[in-house]
Amino acid sequence: MQKRFVSIWFRHLLADWFTLRRPELKTVPFIIVEPSGGRILVVAANYLAEKQGITAGMAAADAKAIVPSLKVIDHLPGQNAKLLKALGEWCIRYTPLVAIDLPDGLILDVSGCPHLWGGERAYLGNIIRVLRSKGYDARGAMADTAGAAWAVARFAKKDPIVEPGKQTEALLTLPPAALRLDDIVIERLTKLGFYSIQGFMGIGRSVLRRRFGPELLLRLNQALGMEDEHLELLEPVIPYHERLPCLEPIRTVTGIEIAIRQLLELLCHRLQKDGMGLRTAILKCYRVDGQVLQVSIGTGLPSHYTNHLFKLFELKIPTIEPGLGIELFTLDAPKVEEVEPGQEALWGGNECSLEDNRLAELLDKLSNKIGAAAIKRYLPQEHHWPERSIKIATSLTEKPTTVWRTAQPRPSLILPRPEPIEVMVKTPDYPPKFFIYKGQKHNVIKSDGPERIEHEWWIEEGEHRDYYYVEDNQGQRYWLFRLGHYDNDKNRQWFLHGFFA
Amino acid sequence: MLPRFYQMQATKQDTINKLRKDILLLEGFKPALADGAGSLGLGCIEAAFPNGVFPVGAIHEMLCPTPEHLAACTGFMAGTLSALASKGGVCLWINRYQRLFPPSLSFFNMPPHHFIFVDVKQEKDALWVMEEALKCEGLTAVIAELQTITFAQSRRLQLAVERSKVTGFILHNDPQKARASTCVARWQVTQLESEIEEGLPGVWFPRWQVELLKVRNGKPGSWAVSWDGSGFTILEEGAKIIQLPQRKAG
Repeated sequence: MQKRFVSIWFRHLLADWFTLRRPELKTVPFIIVEPSGGRILVVAANYLAEKQGITAGMAAADAKAIVPSLKVIDHLPGQNAKLLKALGEWCIRYTPLVAIDLPDGLILDVSGCPHLWGGERAYLGNIIRVLRSKGYDARGAMADTAGAAWAVARFAKKDPIVEPGKQTEALLTLPPAALRLDDIVIERLTKLGFYSIQGFMGIGRSVLRRRFGPELLLRLNQALGMEDEHLELLEPVIPYHERLPCLEPIRTVTGIEIAIRQLLELLCHRLQKDGMGLRTAILKCYRVDGQVLQVSIGTGLPSHYTNHLFKLFELKIPTIEPGLGIELFTLDAPKVEEVEPGQEALWGGNECSLEDNRLAELLDKLSNKIGAAAIKRYLPQEHHWPERSIKIATSLTEKPTTVWRTAQPRPSLILPRPEPIEVMVKTPDYPPKFFIYKGQKHNVIKSDGPERIEHEWWIEEGEHRDYYYVEDNQGQRYWLFRLGHYDNDKNRQWFLHGFFA
Repeated sequence: MLPRFYQMQATKQDTINKLRKDILLLEGFKPALADGAGSLGLGCIEAAFPNGVFPVGAIHEMLCPTPEHLAACTGFMAGTLSALASKGGVCLWINRYQRLFPPSLSFFNMPPHHFIFVDVKQEKDALWVMEEALKCEGLTAVIAELQTITFAQSRRLQLAVERSKVTGFILHNDPQKARASTCVARWQVTQLESEIEEGLPGVWFPRWQVELLKVRNGKPGSWAVSWDGSGFTILEEGAKIIQLPQRKAG
């Protein structure tokens, strides 16, 4: 289904609320203040105060200096969230999927809703009109992604409805701040002259990542719809829920197994029909004595195969203590995703690839027993420092964004922490004549290097390393380095960092 | 014309050879394919195995008591795997003590992002993970670092691979404890001095002494092997470690 999102921005959320409670404030410029770091800062100002140049973040004293008649109201911490929650709950009449977007907005997943209200324009118009009539200065926009809707609601001057698939065009002319970025990143972008998203959209992704960090790419991809965004819904929807009441309380492992199988079959049948697969499932066992036991499983790729899911639950059965008996089982699938219909390989034989379901099922099984954190896959990262040259892949199908570098040899085994060694060096800036590691003396016969690897000063300070690839008289190959420059005054420490094949 | 006695010997030998071949087929060793597919480019090392084919769908033991041995083993194994795996093949590596540095795999033509690493804390977890992974059809190889394995455990692993045809590698870090097992072969890979032309500086391509200590139905042997960045070269059969005269470094 075509995804559509609405972002609503309450321009004067707090001020509007205070005005609603105290109608006499309607004609008075006022500010809402909060003490912060020894000063009193403006948290929000109403329209009348803003018109005279008072903005959030100003010191209250400065604001008072501009408008002496300004009324000052104390801020109630957490008020934003409370107000948005109430407004969000009210919005559930338009769509069940409502998320709070702090500090001053709501995001609605309206996929499949607008036609019930006579089209997108009428739908959005209705929401905004009703919110305004309630006294809130709201602006809204609709787009294919939450990010684009957010940007258009706050920054666009024209049409609040972005046609399906047109979010790129809509974003081009907007300033970088429309991407929900950190102030620091926005400042850096503006300093470099990027006043609109158009300016940097075409730049290579790896360059952007290096300069501005991964957040910028994430936000850009989210806004363009290339990466999914997870919304924290106000009322989580659990459409996939199955119940199995038992005539007699169940106390045996076989009974529990049968119950799980039945529940899974019911659930998987529905999932299969909808083309969905579950990512997490929670089994609750209601015992006769009133206790509720709970076990959950997770999968790496969405799945609706009863057998596979049952195997995952099978590992958890020993943790279920039936006690006097279980009278009710329920199975919830709080997280489901669309399943890509599997394509049978025409040729290529029996080889497994990273996209293979069999592999995903194996990894699910492993991670449910020993923990998902123990399973890792690595991708190259553009850093010279060896410890930082790899990163952990976030998913099974994530592909490297840069190539594995093979210009310089790298050891097969690496020590998690370089170990200090004793060396004898005859000539400065040459590899050692011999070194002693764990009480064993190794005479260096051949060597390559030095390969100087600088500390990446934009990440952390420190001395560079001069690496040597050395071979001892038995043919064993090591990776050694000296920390810092040669210096007559200082005795430089040498380290062993790895073992070559 | 041979004397009658020798003729008889020859026919008997033929019969025995044929029977032996049949038994091997029953045991799961496939004869070499005509087009050389499945060949590792290891020449006479492969000839040490029955039918002259490197056994996949079997468990290999590698003895690697020191990190140096393990590093050499890793290199040799990665080279072997790159010949075994077609593009996109996935391997599972069970980490117990030592840390493999993934970028090094690309020097042996294996894409490091096709390796999945599983960190386990206990030996019994390593065995469990290995058995489960060996059952997963289509994986290229499952590699685990273990201290010891009992006959019964190795039998379980063997049963797993017989159906799935996954190749398993067990890296023994304590060869003293290596016992009788059902593994198809027991290897040891030791580093050899790299060979470079006289007068040139630097360290050249890796060279190893590859010893096949035990092989079921085959001939054990020892070879000096080098890796030149794209494939193996067998230097000498049964060569010993040659002590080169020491040269001054640099």
